[in-house]
Amino acid sequence: MPEALLRIESLTAGYRPDLPILRSVSLEAKAGELTAIIGPNGAGKSTLIKAVAGLLSITEGRVLLEDTDITVLAPDRLSLAGIAYVPQNDNVFRTLTIQQNLDLVLKSHRDPAKRVQALFERFPVLAEKRRDKAGSLSGGQRQFLAVALALAVEPRLILMDEPSAGLSPKAAEEVLDHVKQLTRQGVSVLLVEQNVKQALRRADHCYVLAEGRNQIDGPARDLLDDPALGRIYLGGERKGAA
Amino acid sequence: MIGVISYLVFFTTVAAILGIAVLGLNLQWGNTGLFNGGVVASFGAGAYGTLILGGAPQESQLGGFELFYPLALLGGMAAAGILAWAVGRLTLRLRHDYLAIATFGVAVAFENVMRNATTITGGAQGIRGFERPFRQMLGDGFTYNLVFLIAVLVILCAVYIFLERLTVSPFGRLLRAIREDETAARSLGKSPDRVRLISFVTGSVIIGLAGGLYGTFYAFVSPQDVLPILTFQIWAMLIVGGAGNAKGALAGAFLIWGAWTFSGWALSRFAPVEAQLYTGSIQFVLIGMVIVGMLLWRPQGLFPERLIVSQPGRSREKTQAEGFT
Amino acid sequence: MIQHLVDGILVGSFLSLGAIGLTMVMHILRFANFSHAELLSIGAYCALVFDRLFESLLPVLAEKIGPLSMTGALLVSILISMVVTGLSAVLIDKLVFRRVRQKGGELSMVFASFGMSLVIRNVIGLVFGLSSELYSRDIAFAMVLSRDPLLLVKPDQVFVLIAALVIMFALYLLFSRTTIGFALRAIAENPSLAQVHGVNLKKMIALVWIMGGALGAIAGVFYGLSYQITPVMGRDLVLPIFAATIVGGIGSVYGAVLGGFIVGVASNIALVVLPSGYSPSVPFLMILLILLIRPNGLFGEARA
Repeated sequence: MPEALLRIESLTAGYRPDLPILRSVSLEAKAGELTAIIGPNGAGKSTLIKAVAGLLSITEGRVLLEDTDITVLAPDRLSLAGIAYVPQNDNVFRTLTIQQNLDLVLKSHRDPAKRVQALFERFPVLAEKRRDKAGSLSGGQRQFLAVALALAVEPRLILMDEPSAGLSPKAAEEVLDHVKQLTRQGVSVLLVEQNVKQALRRADHCYVLAEGRNQIDGPARDLLDDPALGRIYLGGERKGAA
Repeated sequence: MIGVISYLVFFTTVAAILGIAVLGLNLQWGNTGLFNGGVVASFGAGAYGTLILGGAPQESQLGGFELFYPLALLGGMAAAGILAWAVGRLTLRLRHDYLAIATFGVAVAFENVMRNATTITGGAQGIRGFERPFRQMLGDGFTYNLVFLIAVLVILCAVYIFLERLTVSPFGRLLRAIREDETAARSLGKSPDRVRLISFVTGSVIIGLAGGLYGTFYAFVSPQDVLPILTFQIWAMLIVGGAGNAKGALAGAFLIWGAWTFSGWALSRFAPVEAQLYTGSIQFVLIGMVIVGMLLWRPQGLFPERLIVSQPGRSREKTQAEGFT
Repeated sequence: MIQHLVDGILVGSFLSLGAIGLTMVMHILRFANFSHAELLSIGAYCALVFDRLFESLLPVLAEKIGPLSMTGALLVSILISMVVTGLSAVLIDKLVFRRVRQKGGELSMVFASFGMSLVIRNVIGLVFGLSSELYSRDIAFAMVLSRDPLLLVKPDQVFVLIAALVIMFALYLLFSRTTIGFALRAIAENPSLAQVHGVNLKKMIALVWIMGGALGAIAGVFYGLSYQITPVMGRDLVLPIFAATIVGGIGSVYGAVLGGFIVGVASNIALVVLPSGYSPSVPFLMILLILLIRPNGLFGEARA
């Protein structure tokens, strides 16, 4: 059984210190696996991933990358520690060209030109548009650029916030397939998804969040048929519900 | 003894007039969150407006309409209001600091025009020959000043009560709602831009009223009265008193005006002759330091109305700490 | 008319340099910095101090370069002043703006800069005296470019314009070719994403201040070469520089360059129709005009 790469221990966090959205959430992401976080709207999924990415203030609990405590690291330090983050919106630099986007994230890389080349081979659609402003890309292409930016620095873990949001069903499938492919190549992914079936079909392990708390978790395949899942989504039987 | 009392009357009159201006600024900044970088333009519009409308005709100079005094004063306030309305219309829907820059620009342009448009404003000489209201009845001496002071204090109280009423009225609640959550207010069908414009114009009219009284008191106004430093002084009064707190704002007006007059007197009396030239610079540095120092160490003012509890969480060295998000 | 146009372009060259720094600060730190023009004063006086120092220590440097009133000493002093002014800007940020930023909103920053402008300007007045200074007391003779219409240009002015254009080209290369330039643009567009991708926000903010200070120092010296150095030059320049950033669009470096030249030319051309006493009002009229016809400036984007 693979070791836990990322461990979140009883995390309490929110946009304002006096208004926690997450209450004591715990979670593990194993190396080389696709770990999915699902849950109804307002469950705190995005908040969780932003807190891990260092963009929110954490009032209680710890985040560990293997054995290193990364709870209070600034976002730019996290990227050095090997955590990449793909936000849901505004996840590329629109005013820079695709080439400039990649050059920027690779600014401390040993051989950026070679790395950019490798990324262009992986995402041929980006290679074609390398001189265009990222703002001119279509929704799906933009997600691929966002993934490429995260992947560029060869991170150990990628945090992804609803990469399929706002895409056509076809583009969404494409992006999620690519995410799955990444884990086969050894990259670990922690994925937040609102699209339950799509997520469960691809994930290895899945956590269900509601009202800022852990509800159930287990191997993704088992959860697909778990009646408890439906009840959580329909609003019955929740831990911590008022 | 009468000298001291007469000076106190003089001092209190000026401080109370500036206090009215601070109350107007408090409506803009304290209650609405608008940065008015050109307080002196509203103040000057009030003063020039009142004196041009109410003054006696001058040779080779427009104005001198000899209007009934209250009408002249209202005219001065209207001039300040119209100026504010024009600037507000253009800038309030834009990025918040456009208003700061535009109002600052108005103040520069206002002083510039007052200095140069000799046929309207008397140019650098200013407007002279204004007959103070009821002078025939009260004379020019101590009695007049005392009555004038009482009138100013009555107006100050009226403005104060008006603003207190305003802040608890539905309009005041709307101001607060917009400050707290503009999107929510907008979604309820309120127009934040319009509400802000009303608040901005109202504040400027009050500042214009202070300017009108100031011009009346001295029976004279010149470009020297509308220099940028007045804006800084009124701002310092507000931040010392505590923005959003009308009582504090008044206390700030008396405190800063007292400190200003005292420092000027002390420097002229005790500083060596060769340093006299620099009295202004020293006072300006002090005003600037009051503003910056208050922002750094006591942003809630010296007289906070209520205890402001801040609850910093475990802060990370990152975005929020730098003021983003 | 032609003379006004040429003068305006020359004025535009230092307005642009001042506006570039201001637009970067306004875009990245999101506040209208009323004390930015004081950096020009700091730069001008700093160069003056070192200029006098070098001229007395190393008379060789006091030689004039070609037809310019500029000396080797001043050239070296400009470089030193750029560094000192840049560091002063970082220091002011550290002492004042960063602390206000951590506590209050964006408007508190505007307010703080308002107070700082008063402090800096008057401290300079206290230290250096209220009278104006010149880098060189020699009268620089103007070159006659044309007799009909009469067109006069001083060699110093030509130098200022060429130097400004060279600096602007260097900035263009920085922003379009280097990862530091990309990082600055990224921070301006989306600070949290930039951090997520490894850009150090604090370093970038320091860099913005250093660049703003260094460009301001050059602009201040160029202003001093064209007119004179006075403690209130910041007060007189703050509105034209703001006008340049607003005309160009806040956040746009190229806009600031163009805006600087437009404001410079407009202020000079306005003298054809307006009495010269009104020239301080022209930048304000430019701001009003641009807000009426194109509120986000020539190159700006709408942003809350």
